[in-house]
Amino acid sequence: MSETRLQSFCRSPVVWPLAGILLLVLVNLVHDRSTAFLQVTVTDGHLYGTLVDILNQGSRCMLVALGMTLVIAVSGVDLSVGSLMAVGAAVAAVLLAREAHSVALAMTAALAATALAGLASGLLVTWVRVQPIVATLILMVVGRGVAQLITDGNVIIIQRAGFEFLGNGYLLGLPFSTVLVVALYLGAQVVLRRSAAGLFIEAAGDNETASRFAGLAVGRVKCLAYMTSGLCAGLAGLLAASNIRAADTLRGGENMELDAIFAVVVGGTALTGGRFSLLGSLVGALLLQTLTVTMYNLGVPPAVAPVPKALLIIGVCLLQSEKSRRWLGGLWSARKAA
Amino acid sequence: MKLLTSLCRPLWPCVVLALLAFAPAASAKALKVGFAQTGAESGWRTANTDSMKSEAVARGIDLKFADAQGKPENQIRAVRSFIAQGVDAIIIAPIVTTGWEPVLREAKQAKIPVIVMDRAVQVSDESLYACFIGSDFAEEGRMAADWLAKYTGGKGRILELQGTTGSDPANERRRAFAEGIAKYPDLKVIDSQSGDFQRQQGKEVMEALLKKHGRDFDIVYSHNDDMALGAIQAIEAAGLKPGKDVIIVSIDAIKEGVTAVADGKINCVVECNPLFGPKAYDAVAKIVAGQPVPRKQYNKDGLFDATNAAAALPTRQY
Repeated sequence: MSETRLQSFCRSPVVWPLAGILLLVLVNLVHDRSTAFLQVTVTDGHLYGTLVDILNQGSRCMLVALGMTLVIAVSGVDLSVGSLMAVGAAVAAVLLAREAHSVALAMTAALAATALAGLASGLLVTWVRVQPIVATLILMVVGRGVAQLITDGNVIIIQRAGFEFLGNGYLLGLPFSTVLVVALYLGAQVVLRRSAAGLFIEAAGDNETASRFAGLAVGRVKCLAYMTSGLCAGLAGLLAASNIRAADTLRGGENMELDAIFAVVVGGTALTGGRFSLLGSLVGALLLQTLTVTMYNLGVPPAVAPVPKALLIIGVCLLQSEKSRRWLGGLWSARKAA
Repeated sequence: MKLLTSLCRPLWPCVVLALLAFAPAASAKALKVGFAQTGAESGWRTANTDSMKSEAVARGIDLKFADAQGKPENQIRAVRSFIAQGVDAIIIAPIVTTGWEPVLREAKQAKIPVIVMDRAVQVSDESLYACFIGSDFAEEGRMAADWLAKYTGGKGRILELQGTTGSDPANERRRAFAEGIAKYPDLKVIDSQSGDFQRQQGKEVMEALLKKHGRDFDIVYSHNDDMALGAIQAIEAAGLKPGKDVIIVSIDAIKEGVTAVADGKINCVVECNPLFGPKAYDAVAKIVAGQPVPRKQYNKDGLFDATNAAAALPTRQY
């Protein structure tokens, strides 16, 4: 029993990004010749250390990757997430600039705006039948412009105690943003796996025509996926704005779409849609953040940093692929035979 | 024929008089200048645009302003329309460095001088534009180094937050700063990472560097204010006092940066002055009058520290 569980764990897509994280931690430990990388202390009543930073700064990518997973599962892709982060931050910042508006109102308005934007790209994909990559590319370009328009092209400083907690606060010693993302993951897992919703998503992504004939409202499922992605991006934008206490509409969330897609793919969800793993995406996002922090820790010059990053990403992707693993396994057995 | 000339002869003095009367009016005729701006992507850029517009009004220059909204093709179209309108001079703040050759040739054929502002252009024939007016990023780095050497007595371990890897301001601010501190063997950059000119990245990099170096550093040198403002938050979260426990030097002098200097959280910001108006129109006036202008001109940058930041704050425009 325990062996089969171990075997199934080894086959799960989470293993490879997890192995990547462990490898990186090991590299850091060897480089430092101390356990400083893993050290977590208590400062001001909360945990303090590199691992805590990774969880906190990685939470935005984790969150966006959650939404992205659902979109990729319905065989789409959402390029607009980075811009929607900027839109969410912009809407909240402009509303919070007036004392009269409560934090709750500003957040609700921001999330409503990005969810609506997500729904718009969903409708473009399902109704107008535009290719997902094109439909969301439109919103990616437009979104950044809209965000700039809202803030008049300026960085807007946010000084509201309630709002700052979102990206800087701690709950039970852990960064609140991380707790929030994990709670959302658990919630999503319950909703998707305890009901038929997860199955609908996989069916819609796996074989759209068959699903439609089976009586599944594929269009509605897809729209919901894009809407969820918009919502996640908006919330990530709020986390970012809260973390730096300002809405940076020009650069905030830049390249987030690529990071999120990477996290999803490394986490074992195929770009062709169908089966998906939310946990895999979370671990994939953490791998990316660990990688970034490792570059800082090793002191890799920024001009060279993309190279080791690319190598690790290629490595994990190769290990993910069934074909290359079989080929590597073939090498192993051939050597044994000889 | 004879009749005609004899008829015209008495008219000559009139013509001369008329010319004399019109001559001052002709030279005072408003200069028409076309300005192709990149867009309105930052506070710096908006201040740059405002300076160009207000200075034009002050000098009675007829300014044709075109906002390219970040698109190179819009900018080239704007320059073509300036040529068609027959302006006296064209000022370009290029979005990209390449692809300017054809339109600059058209301007040259129309005998309209072109001034390149803020960012350089790459052309095979340097005579295609009259001169370049920009910010001296190297001088900014040097000023930061000199200030730091004076303030610390030439001693300290520096963490550097670089701008976008490979960008001109990041390269120059890094190189000149390194040259500036080379004279002081006890003033050393012990770590340098890119924060991509972003606030979020500045904070993230600073968090990582704080874990890596603990308290074993004294100074943070940031290539722009945004990264410095992000780094300050990370330093505060680590229980240190920016400006006191850690000396912070930064470049740009956006309003928020100067405010932080006045609050004692940043020790010094070197200005990257966006007010190009006076210098640009001085150059236009000289070129139109046929006088020589230097090939490269740099805008003068100031410096703000605890002594003058609070006083300068009310007049900061961006």
